[in-house]
Amino acid sequence: MNLEDLSDITEEVAEAAKSRRHCVRVCMAASCQSCGSGEVLEGLQAQAKQNADDDVCIKPVGCMGLCSAGPLVSVDSDQPATELLYQDVTADDTEELYRSLDDDPLERLRCRTDVPFFSRQQKIVLRNSGIIDPEQIDDYIAAGGYRSLMRAVTEMTREDVLREVKESGLRGRGGGGYPAGLKWATVAMAPEPHKYVICNADEGDPGAFMDRAVLESDPHRVLEGMALAGYAVGAEHAYIYIRAEYPLAVERLKTAIKQATKKGLLGRRICETAHSFEVEVRLGAGAFVCGEETALMASIEGQRGQPRPRPPYPAEEGLWKCPTLINNVETLANIPAIVGKGGAWFKSIGTERSTGTKVFALAGRIANSGLIEVPMGIPLGEIVNEIGGGIPDGRRFKAVQTGGPSGGCLPEQYLDMPVEYDTLRSAGSIMGSGGMIVMDETSSMVDVARYFMEFCMDESCGKCVPCRAGTVQLYGLLDKIADGEATPSDLELLEELCDVVQATSLCGLGQTAPNPVLSTLRYFRHEYEEKLRPESERMPRMQIVTLDD
Amino acid sequence: MLMERQNTERRAAPTPPDDDKRWKIVNVTMRRNGYSGHALIETLHKVQDCFGYLEDRSLRYVAMSLGLPLSKVYGVATFYHLFTLKPQGKHTCVICTGTACYIKGSRELSTAIEDRYSVKPGQTTKGNELSVLSARCIGSCGLAPTVVLDGKVLGQLTAAELIDEIEEVV
Repeated sequence: MNLEDLSDITEEVAEAAKSRRHCVRVCMAASCQSCGSGEVLEGLQAQAKQNADDDVCIKPVGCMGLCSAGPLVSVDSDQPATELLYQDVTADDTEELYRSLDDDPLERLRCRTDVPFFSRQQKIVLRNSGIIDPEQIDDYIAAGGYRSLMRAVTEMTREDVLREVKESGLRGRGGGGYPAGLKWATVAMAPEPHKYVICNADEGDPGAFMDRAVLESDPHRVLEGMALAGYAVGAEHAYIYIRAEYPLAVERLKTAIKQATKKGLLGRRICETAHSFEVEVRLGAGAFVCGEETALMASIEGQRGQPRPRPPYPAEEGLWKCPTLINNVETLANIPAIVGKGGAWFKSIGTERSTGTKVFALAGRIANSGLIEVPMGIPLGEIVNEIGGGIPDGRRFKAVQTGGPSGGCLPEQYLDMPVEYDTLRSAGSIMGSGGMIVMDETSSMVDVARYFMEFCMDESCGKCVPCRAGTVQLYGLLDKIADGEATPSDLELLEELCDVVQATSLCGLGQTAPNPVLSTLRYFRHEYEEKLRPESERMPRMQIVTLDD
Repeated sequence: MLMERQNTERRAAPTPPDDDKRWKIVNVTMRRNGYSGHALIETLHKVQDCFGYLEDRSLRYVAMSLGLPLSKVYGVATFYHLFTLKPQGKHTCVICTGTACYIKGSRELSTAIEDRYSVKPGQTTKGNELSVLSARCIGSCGLAPTVVLDGKVLGQLTAAELIDEIEEVV
């Protein structure tokens, strides 16, 4: 494979596209599939066969974003979701839809695309999502894929690639927001001959599905990003650690690895150079803590996924004690564009300290739930009210939860705040991996805090005491408050314990477990206080929360 | 790679617990990974895929084959939520308890199941017809609240619709 081969494939695909009368794209990401998009695809394919239309292409594609209106079908446009888009399509509609291809659009099923949900987005990571067939490598190549890798390994030095990534200002999209360039440089400088690249696809935050969608819709982009990372830091082996709960993503990823290896874009001596890069998939087994990098590495080594103290950081001593670069799916998916168009281009998007775009998974009490990609620095209110279409059923907005169990709830006064790593942190939440759950007035914030604490309690790996015992006690206190059995001193105890768990836990899971409690206490303290009993009604003895249940 | 292959020299393979053909599939996975201890999680996944759960003798067999202490194998098998040491019912219903589903009423779904079949998440009905499980997040948040019934994702459900769906399969 060389640049010419890539151009040939691109031309072939373009020729084939030109000779087609219509191209109908059916979303086959997990969300639409569970609403029956598989039957829609089959129905349309049957129609094409029945009519013996060789020049109509019915194509399975990845996520188009507006998951709540699925199954989605787009017609003809290369920019689905900007022109003719159909929503809530069922197998019964396929005949009528097919007939409408050469006729007027089918207004009954039409999804408006001139709305902010589509027009306010800016896509880098999701650029091919919903356009290309994720199971066809040629589609990705025709969309400009693998050019960055090819150019990097043949024309650029490792330092050139590193420089672009550093200049881009890209920060880790998994939650921490650590500058990717710095991490890469540390691994690149390590003298050891064996190094690893790990792609963290253990997207454990409940309510987050960005990485799943990227892997299901455009797996080659992630692989290309990984191969570029491998080239830049000098690693020849890589792992993708992915949740076993995402069977479709696993399958597409494995297909993609096979295709890329066959074309010589991965594996031994990639792109006819001396550089090799082999990728293996490792399945998680349902442990949230494995999203933490040291726990993830333990899990790849076949151990219980328990974190260890850092330093040494994985960049110095990681998988099998070798220097290891761990990046999240979305971080790596940004790399091909950064290397292709330059770090300066990437830096021009977003804000000064948070460059580029961010993918968010919008869900909860919101009209348009689904996947969006917006430039950093966009006001929170614009995401909720314009892109998300506001709160349905005439209810009032109450809070938006970002960052999953490590994040916090932001109330109405923060709707004007630009969404960046630092602003979110100062408001008591975090960027996290990109889950955004919108809540309306029917949600009790004490309940929400209790929900997240229950999550952390269940997911605590049990290695360190503050997290193992602290989360149980915090949950017990929250339960007591939610049931209206707590007194003001319980609330004090809750706050004190939050501080202890935050300050003394071993890894990120424990350190951030109190965040949902602290942020709801900060903005919705009255909800806690309303549930308290006067001190005089205190039980004679302090109630001990038992560990049994 | 480097360290991983350390363990590759082949020990005398232990005999499988019985002559069930599925052990062959398990053996293929272990062999492909060079009988390395690092392949423990992969192997357990395979055993569970083949047999539905991890019984004691499976754990013993895997421990012997990979040259690992049984305590470690048991430790790993119990650490990860996805592994189950108990046989599942004929049908499974996984209720998603992710944040979006929680906000949109996944509790009502589990209450409805409890009222109708008297089983809580993690339990199986008498007669092994239906196992009810809960998942942290299945990533279909746009369709909240969701359940996975026998591998099929059902979204935007009310409690009554869910019971109807379960009645159809059970």
